[in-house]
Parts: sequence; structure tokens; C-alpha cells
Amino acid sequence: MDFEMTNRQKQIRLAAREFAEGELAGIGQECEIKEDFPRDLIKKAAQLGFIGVFIKKENGGLGLGFLEHATILEEFWRVDPGLGQVFSSLTFGSEELQFFGSEEQKKKYLPSLVKGERIMGFAITEPEAGSDTASAVTSAVKEGEEYVINGNKVMITNGTVADYLLVYCLTYPEQTSRSKRHSILLVETDRPGYRADRIHRKMGIRASDTANIYFNNVRAPKENLIGIEGNGFSQLMKFFDHSRSYVAAHGVGLAQGAMEQAINYVKKRKQFGKAIASFQVTQFKLAEMATLIETARSLVHKACWNLDRGNVDSQLSAMAKWWACNVAVRVVDEALQLHGGYGYLDDYPIERFYRAAKILELYEGTKEIDKMMIGRKILGVT
Amino acid sequence: MNIIVCVKRIPKTAEADILIEKDGKDIKRDHLVFALNDWDGYAVREAVLLKEKFEGEVTVITIGPEESKEVLTRCLAMGADRAVRIEGPSSSDGHLIARILAQAIKGQSFDLILTGVQAEDDGWGQVGVALAQILGLPHASIVTHIEIERDKAKVRRELEGGIEELLEVKLPAVLTIQTGINEPKYVSLSAILDAEDKETKEVGMEEIGFSSKGPLDATIDQVSFPPTGKMAEILKGSPEEVVGQLTEIIKKKKG
Repeated sequence: MDFEMTNRQKQIRLAAREFAEGELAGIGQECEIKEDFPRDLIKKAAQLGFIGVFIKKENGGLGLGFLEHATILEEFWRVDPGLGQVFSSLTFGSEELQFFGSEEQKKKYLPSLVKGERIMGFAITEPEAGSDTASAVTSAVKEGEEYVINGNKVMITNGTVADYLLVYCLTYPEQTSRSKRHSILLVETDRPGYRADRIHRKMGIRASDTANIYFNNVRAPKENLIGIEGNGFSQLMKFFDHSRSYVAAHGVGLAQGAMEQAINYVKKRKQFGKAIASFQVTQFKLAEMATLIETARSLVHKACWNLDRGNVDSQLSAMAKWWACNVAVRVVDEALQLHGGYGYLDDYPIERFYRAAKILELYEGTKEIDKMMIGRKILGVT
Repeated sequence: MNIIVCVKRIPKTAEADILIEKDGKDIKRDHLVFALNDWDGYAVREAVLLKEKFEGEVTVITIGPEESKEVLTRCLAMGADRAVRIEGPSSSDGHLIARILAQAIKGQSFDLILTGVQAEDDGWGQVGVALAQILGLPHASIVTHIEIERDKAKVRRELEGGIEELLEVKLPAVLTIQTGINEPKYVSLSAILDAEDKETKEVGMEEIGFSSKGPLDATIDQVSFPPTGKMAEILKGSPEEVVGQLTEIIKKKKG
């Protein structure tokens, strides 16, 4: 066993940290207020190689692993969750293309993501199909050489800014097995009949675009099918097994950033004649935070390490996702608590981190879904 | 143009809490983050910029433990071509360090040796100048600008009170580099990957032919915090009174 990151991974972490501190820290609050992010920042990050590092070399990426991807995102989230989410979601769904796309599709769509020229997303959630993805009713009906897509999806990341989306569609409604009814199609967002309405005033991560999207007889060529028809559900599950590992890293980054803010604060803040860091109650809080973060990071590393060796372990990814995101919520709560009333004002970034944290227990599988997966695996039930 | 840059791995102390070890001979290092000395980072970047202009090779050298490889990889990712780690003593004696470096550098072909002005941790600022002396080379310290003209370097060096000195130094020479001489650049991930293909040589003191420490080598007996003096005058009273006192002070200082 070896718990040490490689020299390469340490260098990547350092490079990501320097970029995040240099480029994200100064604009995080403004991006949150404006609900936007600067496009040239994407280009800059792409030139330095931070986008889609897990994308294989032959498709324009660096061919690194999910551990490196997770490490970069941890560093970005540590500095600013909203912009961290922007960077995380630029390639959201590209894993699916890499796993199930044809060589032609990979060549066509992946390189421009890595270069920061294109943005993608994955449209899954519907008004009546949240955790229950198998209930999605957005339909894709084959007409000759095309699919005709109708329906609407909600809370879709990058809905108004993506150049193309993977869309989870119902293609075999008559299938008795609920897990054999869906297919995944790639839809360019400039196709007629596509509409996206931006959702404003989310609780947090406002720099990241979220939209309700509508498909009104949107036509996509049959070449845009990703993987196998009717195999959408199992393809989606494999995607989640991977995405949960780095979304878990979002949690580690947010928690780490929140704890560091708390540490800085308690060293300076004086009450009863001394810095509040000198009180044992403060030290206990920090001890708990640091330990929680350490366990979360270790679990994320283990989950990613396995994925990078081709060991897809749904339970481990779900554990990492649930635990790290739960740690984020708990740590940021204590970190704000240590700021006292000042933490409730936007003078300090901790309130932004606090608002951002909750999404981590909701998206990419609610914590209940994560636990359900873990529990079922333990008991051997489906 | 072949350039040698001497670098050091240091604990980042600027924003950290500094504590002293029980034996009183060093600061506690367990909780500190280690990195490339800031001044050396500027020196490496300057060497890479000169290489881009005049071609040649940039070699980085450090004396330090296994962990120092991390800063060497960093330098290679910044654009250096080769790296050398000398397994040497963890001494802060600038003269001893310079002697070891001189021994390692002697006999190699180079046009320029760059060091940082000083190290962030002990801040002695001696290595560059001592190295020049031992190698019998001209030097300039606290350099803020370099222009190469054939076999000469025209350099600007920083003096007290915002004054600059212009010097012409014959090459090969040793220059100690001041922060701000260039614009730091983010390290790209592909540069980090490329760095892995570059050579990092590891040598012991015997291999470079360095014979043991000398009788004049400095050792640290004790480190301590500076005594707390009267650092600032705190004005007391109502805002109006404080403003009054402040105005008086400024008037006096103005003379």
C-alpha cells in the first residue's frame, strides 16, 4: 500500500491551487452576485490543461485519471465553490462519451471541450423524475434517420450555456423492465425547438448556470445516439459511479476552504481578552473538522484510485459522495459558527460557502440515494 | 547560453505561526508547508526567459534531502532542462553551501549562474556572492533587470531608497535575482508531465569530490524571537482627539 500522492499529483495540486488562488479567489463573490463567469477564464484554464484531464490523449486530453480531476476540482472548490462548479461542469457528461461514444463521436466532441472552446452538460432530471431517473418521460421517437425529441427537463446545469447536451430520453416506453426503456442522445443546443430558461437566485453556486429546458420536436440525427439504444439507464449508472467520485471532491474542497477561513478567523478574533483560538472549545471544533476532512479526502482518493484502475465500485463511489458532501455541510456549519454573527454577513466568504454546501447533498444523487445504494450492496438486495 | 540556477526548498513561514523547537536550535517544521524559495522561482523564470531568447540549457541545482526533488520537478515544469540534487547537510551556513555548490559546478560549462537574493527561511543572502568569490567570477547582487550583450551582462541592481545601479558584468558571472524581476507564470499540466522526461541527477558529497566540513562552518546555537519593543504608538481618546494628535505628529514629522 502507498498513501502518498505521486510527485506528479502533488505538482498538479500545487498548480491547481496557484491558479485557483490567483484567478478565482478575487472574482468569486462578484460572479456569485452577477450569476455569471468570465469566458476568458475558461480559455486560460484550458491552456494550462485544467479542463477534462481524464479525457484520453487520442481525444485531446492529458489522459490522466479521476484522481487528478478530483484533485483539481478540490483545489478550485476550496477557493470558490461557485466557480469550482463552473469548471467541474464544463465537461459534465464527457465521461459517458468516453465510455460509450463511438470513435467518431469522441473525435468530434471531446477535443473542443479540453480546449475550452465548447461547454457540455447532461440533461437527466425531470419534474417527475428526480432520484427516480427511470421515470423520465422526455421522449425520443425515431422517424427515418432522425430522433424527434419532446419533453422538458429541470434544473439542468449549463442549460443556457452548453453547446451540446447529453439527453436522457425515453425510447422504449413499452419495455417491461424500467431499466431498459431509455437511451442517451447528444443534442446540439442550436437545434430548432430547443429552449432553455435560466433559473435565478439559487441558494448558492450562482456563478454556475442552471436552467429548465424544453424540447419541442427537436430533431437529432441517429448518429447522435450515445452507446446502445435502450441501454441508457445502465450507461447512466456507470456515469454516476464515476461522477460521484469527483463530486465528492467538491465536498472535500469546500470543507477544506471553510476550515481554513475559520482558522484564520479564530487566530485574529479576540474575546475575553484573548484570541478565540486559545479556547479549548475552538480547538475541539477544529480537531473535529480536520479529522472529518481527512476521512473524506481519504475516501475520495480510494474511490478515484479504484476507478483509475478500472475497478468500478458503485458502493465505494456512493460512500465517498455521501460522506464527503455530508462532511462539507457539517464543517461549513461549524466554520460559520466560529465566525459568530460576522459569518452571517457577506463581509466574509464563509456565508457563500455555507449556502453552496447544501447542493452537495442534493445533486449527483441525493444522500438518501447514496445510502440506499450502500445499504442494498451490504444486504445484497437490488 | 547555458545557465545554472541554484535553488532551495524552504518552509513557508510568511503567514504561518512560528514556534521554536525544545532544544532551541531551530523552528518547528512539522506543521509548515514546504515549497520552492520565492526568490529562486524568479531566478528560474529569468533563466528560462533568457534561454528562450538565446537558446542553450538551464540546469537547476539544489542541496537537500529526498523531499527536495519536489522543488526540482517544479523547476523542470517551469522550463528548466536538467536538475541535480546534492545529498548534503541541512546547514544554513551560506559559505558551506556555496563551497559545496562551487565544487559541483566547477568544470561545467556555463555562461551564467543565478541564485535568489536570499532564502525565505534563514534569509542570510550569502550563497550567491560567496559562490562567485569561490569560483573567481564577477557578480552582481539584488538584480532587477538583465540584458545580455555578447559576452557581457548589463544589469540593474536595487539599492536603498529606490536608487538603482547599472552595472556591466563580464560573463560568466553570478547574479543574485530579486523578486519582481519578471512576471511569474502559472505552471501548465503538460509542462508538469514533460518534466518527468527530463533528467534529475542525484549525487552525494563524495561523488562531487567535496571533502568534509571545515572548522569555520557555522552552526546554530540558539534561535529566539526578537524582543518585543515599542513597535507602535497607540493613540487614545475620542475620534476628534485622535485626529488632533495624529495631525500634530504628521506636522512634526513634516518638519
